[in-house]
Amino acid sequence: MRMSSREPEFEVAVSMVVNGEPVSCRVSARQHLADFLREELSLTGTHLGCEHGVCGACAVRVDGQVVRGCLMLAAQVHGCQVETIEGLSDAGVLADLQEEFLRRNAAQCGFCTAGMLLTSHELIEQGRCVSRSDIREVLSGNLCRCTGYQAIVDAVEAAMTKKVGS
Amino acid sequence: MKPSRFKYVKPASLDEAFGLLEQYGDGACVLAGGQSLLAGLGMRLATPEVLVDINGIEGLAGISLQGGEVVIGALTRHVDVLSSRAICRYLPLVAEAITHVGHTAVRNRGTFGGSLAYADPAAELPACAVAYGATIVIGGGSGRRSVSANDFFLGIMETALQPGELILEIRFPMQRDTQRHVFAELSRRHGDFALVGLAGLVSLDDNRRLADARLVYFGCVSHPRLASATSASLIGRPIPLEDLDEIKRCMLQDLDPGDSPGMRSETKLALAAVVTRRQLNALRETCA
Repeated sequence: MRMSSREPEFEVAVSMVVNGEPVSCRVSARQHLADFLREELSLTGTHLGCEHGVCGACAVRVDGQVVRGCLMLAAQVHGCQVETIEGLSDAGVLADLQEEFLRRNAAQCGFCTAGMLLTSHELIEQGRCVSRSDIREVLSGNLCRCTGYQAIVDAVEAAMTKKVGS
Repeated sequence: MKPSRFKYVKPASLDEAFGLLEQYGDGACVLAGGQSLLAGLGMRLATPEVLVDINGIEGLAGISLQGGEVVIGALTRHVDVLSSRAICRYLPLVAEAITHVGHTAVRNRGTFGGSLAYADPAAELPACAVAYGATIVIGGGSGRRSVSANDFFLGIMETALQPGELILEIRFPMQRDTQRHVFAELSRRHGDFALVGLAGLVSLDDNRRLADARLVYFGCVSHPRLASATSASLIGRPIPLEDLDEIKRCMLQDLDPGDSPGMRSETKLALAAVVTRRQLNALRETCA
């Protein structure tokens, strides 16, 4: 585990479960969750775009809820279940969404995709079919600079219909 | 976007929190939802010595009905306000405003008390608290005190909170059957900060004249407060509003929008008049 400069006074001991694996270590108090996952645990599927809560690329799940990884400290997830795109993808829970994203080329450069998948999965898990404008509303906190969103909304709508509508 | 170095402590009780806040004084920052604070720390807008994380304190979250009041605990997350039947039924202005607060992932973490304590001039919930005449219950090492929302907000991100104090809960009087709410927000992009916003409660008499009005603006003021001159100028006027000139003159007494990049204060005042007319005239369509 890499820690650039050791300053015990500014560190916190944390224990958490990340993608089903228990993790116990000391973290720098100021390190946010996305940096912790990327730099300490090498889980680089969580991306960092704006790093101040606007772009949504750093979405991860903490105790089942999607949060901004840049707006939570690693110290705050002590005792929590953390799930990233790697864990959720491996577990297969995103398979339908991923398939629809692939089919429609809804991931182009792919930078926003992890956040898009987690956010839309949380919507679909609510178990009801919503309108395209509702899908856009939910995804409005996730920025994509490639697709123009149309293909993403198409993919989410298709996965939602498959899961809920049929 | 990396914050400066700080210590992190997570008290398990209010007494412990008050002790830590007293110990560190000005060097302490309270961490509730963190959705504004952590972005601000990343930009080095503040460089606290210690973050006091209050998320481990029991009893600060939840929505309850007590007498004629809806009581919202300071640590209640926006997502729980959004899905609350009590809020929907008794505080419809809050129910509408909360959909404009952040995005889903932000609403999963952000807290009601945090939004009030942060006192961003463009924030929706502080304006709602003033419109309802809510009471902010504050705790500190020396006990509890209550401040009316209209006296709580003092300036840009400035409140009546003293060092060492925390918001404990916000007590809202239930909206009366005769009251109707108005809410509007103009921003450059969907979900962006409000340039001009309006949160208000009004009552109409049998002739569709305004019998009472409590309008509060946000985005175009340094801090939310009752727009008393504008509200008073509306009393007795029929809906739809015909002449806006006097109302606009009164707005000059209530609003103090400064120039901001790309938008002059005159433009914000004009937009405030637009949303006021638009929202009040929309009451006509929903009149019983």
